[in-house]
Amino acid sequence: MKLSDDDFTLFGLPQQQQLDRAELDARRRVLQAQVHPDRFAAEGAAAQRVAMQWAVRINEAYQRLKDPLSRAAYLCELRGVAVDAERNTAMPPAFLMQQMAWREALEETGSAGEIQALDEQIAAEEHRLLAALTDQLDQQQDTATAAAQVRALMFVARFRQDIDRRLDLLDAHR
Amino acid sequence: MALLQISEPGQAPDPHQRRIAVGIDLGTTHSLVAAVRHGTAECLPDEQGRVLLPSAVRYLPGGRRAIGFDARAAQAEDPENTIVSVKRFMGRKLGDIAGTDNLPYRFVDQPGMVALATREGEKTPVEVSAEILANLRQRAEDTFDTDEIFGAVITVPAYFDDAQRQATKDAAQLAGLNVLRLISEPTAAAVAYGLDNGSEGLYAVYDLGGGTFDISLLRLTQGVFEVVATGGDAALGGDDIDQAVANWALAQAGVTAGSPHDKRAALVASRAVKEALSDTDSADWQADLVEGAVTVPLTKSQLETLTRPLIDKTLSAVRKVLRDARVTREEVQGVVMVGGSTRMPLVRHAVGELFGKDVLTNVNPDEVVALGAAIQANALAGNAKDGELLLLDVIALSLGLETMGGLVERVIERNTTIPVAKAQEFTTFKDGQTAMAIHVVQGERDLVSECRSLARFELRGIPPMTAGAARIRVTFQVDADGLLSVAAREQGSGVEAAVVVKPSYGLADEQIAQMLKDGFAHAEGDMAARALREAQVDAERLVLATRAALVADAQLLSAEEQAALHALLEATESAASSSDTRAIEAAIKALADGTEAFAAARMNQGIRQALAGRRIEEL
Repeated sequence: MKLSDDDFTLFGLPQQQQLDRAELDARRRVLQAQVHPDRFAAEGAAAQRVAMQWAVRINEAYQRLKDPLSRAAYLCELRGVAVDAERNTAMPPAFLMQQMAWREALEETGSAGEIQALDEQIAAEEHRLLAALTDQLDQQQDTATAAAQVRALMFVARFRQDIDRRLDLLDAHR
Repeated sequence: MALLQISEPGQAPDPHQRRIAVGIDLGTTHSLVAAVRHGTAECLPDEQGRVLLPSAVRYLPGGRRAIGFDARAAQAEDPENTIVSVKRFMGRKLGDIAGTDNLPYRFVDQPGMVALATREGEKTPVEVSAEILANLRQRAEDTFDTDEIFGAVITVPAYFDDAQRQATKDAAQLAGLNVLRLISEPTAAAVAYGLDNGSEGLYAVYDLGGGTFDISLLRLTQGVFEVVATGGDAALGGDDIDQAVANWALAQAGVTAGSPHDKRAALVASRAVKEALSDTDSADWQADLVEGAVTVPLTKSQLETLTRPLIDKTLSAVRKVLRDARVTREEVQGVVMVGGSTRMPLVRHAVGELFGKDVLTNVNPDEVVALGAAIQANALAGNAKDGELLLLDVIALSLGLETMGGLVERVIERNTTIPVAKAQEFTTFKDGQTAMAIHVVQGERDLVSECRSLARFELRGIPPMTAGAARIRVTFQVDADGLLSVAAREQGSGVEAAVVVKPSYGLADEQIAQMLKDGFAHAEGDMAARALREAQVDAERLVLATRAALVADAQLLSAEEQAALHALLEATESAASSSDTRAIEAAIKALADGTEAFAAARMNQGIRQALAGRRIEEL
């Protein structure tokens, strides 16, 4: 067991997109119970430093594995295909059309209820795209297609963040 | 003559001897100290049986101080020299504090942190807080009849930023406490509540104190308390309700409170009428002002009208936390109410309405935080059984760097589990640029000017390159106390430069030493003796821990490695018996460095064993 092991190895999980969240959480608890600095508060500086490094590493891996999107991006990279979202922004035209339709819908919403209804619609679409992504990664083993799908889902995630920000603003002014 | 303790090598002198560790709730209005005794956590009372210590310090002539009830009783009589609610000033500059005009103090604006001018000179909030902490430390020492408290867990509002946390830790050190950990108040409350009630699942803790408001969502699973999301307002609490009531009552009576005495008397009257209206429908606001006694009748519904805007602010924060965590209110199994201000019926009602369920009020809202801190302190001191309790907390506010145009580049997002480390790469924007200014900020806004500035430092000695060629890696690390350190390194050309910063509000060790030297109330003996004793205690702790590790896992080391460790242990022990502080510190450092590889090997072994039986094959 090394700090440089990949996230899946660290958690003793198979390298795939399909993941049992309860199992991940249970393993994280077991691991943190071993390495957390609180376990070494009564020991010396060396033990504290090592504990800190490990606890940081476990948290990092957990964060990445927990979120289906970051997990998929990580899997693509492990399989030699960089997602490279910052430079590669090419999207299928149909997806871009839908993005624009959502943006327009968000501009037209007024109440928190309307915004939430839009968010639920988008969440359902996100769910569908994620299911397809799992299939591409685990069954078809088509990493290139999966990487493109990850980029599309990043757009969706960012859009949902914008919705959250809109709701925060509405809440602050009511 | 003292008897020598005889023990086998590698064992603690007495394995049954428990280390005494305390939990301290350093509150805006009250502070408490608690400890685990006979297996249960309890708050420690003073000689008169009172567990609450009013967070009030009065500076008397001749270097004397009154702390607690005596000080609080004198707040209207001697307002400028009697400091209450000092927690609101921790880690704050004068410009950060709202409503200073309504407060009776003589504020001193200075870089870093505001100070208060008293008859005994200027006092920083850190010094005032240290007086309260030292008083509680004394109480604990008296209770256990010892002068060796192993350490303390101090609670801070979840929404405290880095400067406020650092100030709290500085105050504890100044009070002579070994800080085992800073933990968040709602997390501490969840520990005490959860362990007591055997709760599992998703819980919300709504903590409205005298000066701060926190809302935390926690998942409780088999002794693990995981904070899912947290939010709040570090400057919102019962004090603000008092201020609103005072402003209203003074306006009703057509008087203005100009003098420090009147300002304080109006606030005291407001607090009293607010408390009375929890049980009755109408009461009188009565204040003895300089121009005479003033009485204003107040009804419960009028109080609720005055309080409503503040409650609404907290409800807005609750909704935000639910959104952050992506959970619905139906998923929340219970809402634990903490902090004295949750005694107000309106608060309980409004929060219950938002969650659609009755709130849990079967804890003492004043004591539960200190009790949780005591349970965690006991575990950190190594007294609890392994695996019983684990807190996984988060950072409440995002951390980032200033980039071109005064914009914030976030490096660590809020609600990230700590400890955490993240690195981001930056580059130079001018040809031949050899230095880079790094400005660390905390907050959720996109503009630097709207975030809290934590630290500034410069990375120098970058080899001259064309613009954009240098690769400067800036690493943020937040430890288990929620405290940040930042390092920067240029790695494009293999040339390295690294800087580690402490937040600009943190007191340097020399400043703490100077404050102690300047006659802090409870500093014992002279500085040198104290430093020597601390070094000796540190050495003893490290030797004990290392010997225990060797007994458990010596097989991880070769014979030569074991011999080398034993040599380091003997060197540390012999240094510790001398009175050469520097030599002891050097020996401690050598031993700590020498055990690094051993500690890593033990950690590997622990992780392998933990996951044994949970391998891939069995999924």
